Amino acid sequence: MSRFMNKDAVAGYIFAAPFIIGFLFLMVGPMGMSLYYSFTNFQLGRVPTWIGLDNYSRLFFNNFTDFHNSVMVTFRFVFLSVPVRMVFGLMIAYVLTRKMKGVHFYRSVYYLPTLIGGSIAVALVWGQLFQENGVVYNIFEAVGLSGVAWFDSVSLAIYPLVLMNVWQFGAAMIIFAAGLKDIPESYYEAAEIDGANKWQAFFKITLPCLSPIILYNLVMQTISAFMTFTQAFVITNGGPAGGTNFVALYIYQHAFVWRNMGYASAMSWILLLIIAVSTAIILLTSKRWTFYANE
Amino acid sequence: MATKKLVSKTFYHILVALFGFAMVYPVLWMVIGSFRDNVEILSGTLSLIPNDWAQGIENFQVGWSGFAGVTFTTFFRNSFILAISATIGVVLSSSVVAYSLSRLRYRGRRIVFMLMLSTMMIPGQVIMIPQFIIFHSLGLVGTFVPLILPAFFGHGFFIFLMMQFMVSIPKELDEAAIVDGCNKYTVFTRIVFPLLKPALITTAIIQFYWAWDNFMGPLIYLQGANQWPVSIALRNFVYAGNTNFGAMFAMSTLSLIPVFVMFLIFNKRLVEGINTSGIKG
Repeated sequence: MSRFMNKDAVAGYIFAAPFIIGFLFLMVGPMGMSLYYSFTNFQLGRVPTWIGLDNYSRLFFNNFTDFHNSVMVTFRFVFLSVPVRMVFGLMIAYVLTRKMKGVHFYRSVYYLPTLIGGSIAVALVWGQLFQENGVVYNIFEAVGLSGVAWFDSVSLAIYPLVLMNVWQFGAAMIIFAAGLKDIPESYYEAAEIDGANKWQAFFKITLPCLSPIILYNLVMQTISAFMTFTQAFVITNGGPAGGTNFVALYIYQHAFVWRNMGYASAMSWILLLIIAVSTAIILLTSKRWTFYANE
Repeated sequence: MATKKLVSKTFYHILVALFGFAMVYPVLWMVIGSFRDNVEILSGTLSLIPNDWAQGIENFQVGWSGFAGVTFTTFFRNSFILAISATIGVVLSSSVVAYSLSRLRYRGRRIVFMLMLSTMMIPGQVIMIPQFIIFHSLGLVGTFVPLILPAFFGHGFFIFLMMQFMVSIPKELDEAAIVDGCNKYTVFTRIVFPLLKPALITTAIIQFYWAWDNFMGPLIYLQGANQWPVSIALRNFVYAGNTNFGAMFAMSTLSLIPVFVMFLIFNKRLVEGINTSGIKG
């Protein structure tokens, strides 16, 4: 081994090489290409022609109804699913921190949907469960409500998908559970001496202590909710009448069904922008509600 | 007082168990669905006991025979090839990058680290199209390469997870090894990599099940039924107008077994992984 090769600087870059190469050729390069294509009429197999902002103006003027619908449906999905999923993750984590027998078993049970929820198998079952005359329909009828044909309704078709997303709160639960374990018992003891009840303790101690973890979960879950694709693709394929046509689906259709790569690239940049702005808003407002113990 | 405590304890357990049952009900319903015929499935029955368990034999046989002349033997083989290759790639590449970032001191290390963190936030949708164009122009669409190769360039989440773990491996071990004649490379292969085993296992499980569930990648890149992994096969099974739901549920159930078995074996590792890196499971 030569001394040159054994230098930290040399070895460091050699070991980091997989990441650096991947970053350049599978991340930055493609992102640059994508930005360029978004200003062209590129279709697979043809030579791209520069068309300036045409793709973007088409999105916002000519095809505004479809794209606007996609964005709105996606926002609806994010707003409906992310908060509820977080609340469930936190609630269940809180309930399961009690030193009771079987907590680990229950946690595994509650994590199971998250483990397999991303699979096509579960998506197919979900579609069956919410069919007209399916299990959910029959439950509604059994308790005296009228059954709903979820997937026939433009406005209701999104709910089975939202519920499926909420159902997978397991990862959030595990992260919250770890955070709860780190809150010193003495905080609660002090609160009890001061006469605080359980609710006050939860809102004045638990929530503030967990706020950095809440922030982290919120950002990650929001980003992934914006990119929802597989479940909608398998269960509703965007329908009916665009009721679940999330932006990711719309991009997929343009890019890989109709091969409008340039147009789809423009859309993917707008999606990136929407995600970036949403994340920035969360991070900026977080200063008001997150609390770091060491400050 | 003691009875009151017992009542509240029982109440708690009943509540938690009931909710847990509701959580896994859809999965149980699917598993039981593999033992039902179409009429029974389409009736939307809530029951978890099939009319005739023997129906399962037919469902599994019909299901396994697949469609388009390709059986599930092929689909499962493809899934295993894809998932195992991607797992090996991610474990090896992420561990070397983590070693570089956590053990070696050099100019630019912080920049590489920041870039690595930033990749965790970049949505796949933006790079999906140009990546496809690149692989298309290389003539690699319709092969496994686009699905396996990217795994060999490290994955931000796992690099981060391994860096967290490396903090707990004493640096004195590296130094002692160097005194004994190791260099920067053999310190990695002989000391750090073997001690990293728990983090490697965590990475392997999570990456395996991501790759196993991967749908969009195979959907875009693979062409013939011969290449399909189970995820694509299941979806197309239904999409092709196949209406044998019992057979579909039978294959769906089988498709979940590898992930489920790993969860049973490595439950603890998985939980630790989610905790230390905040990975979305």
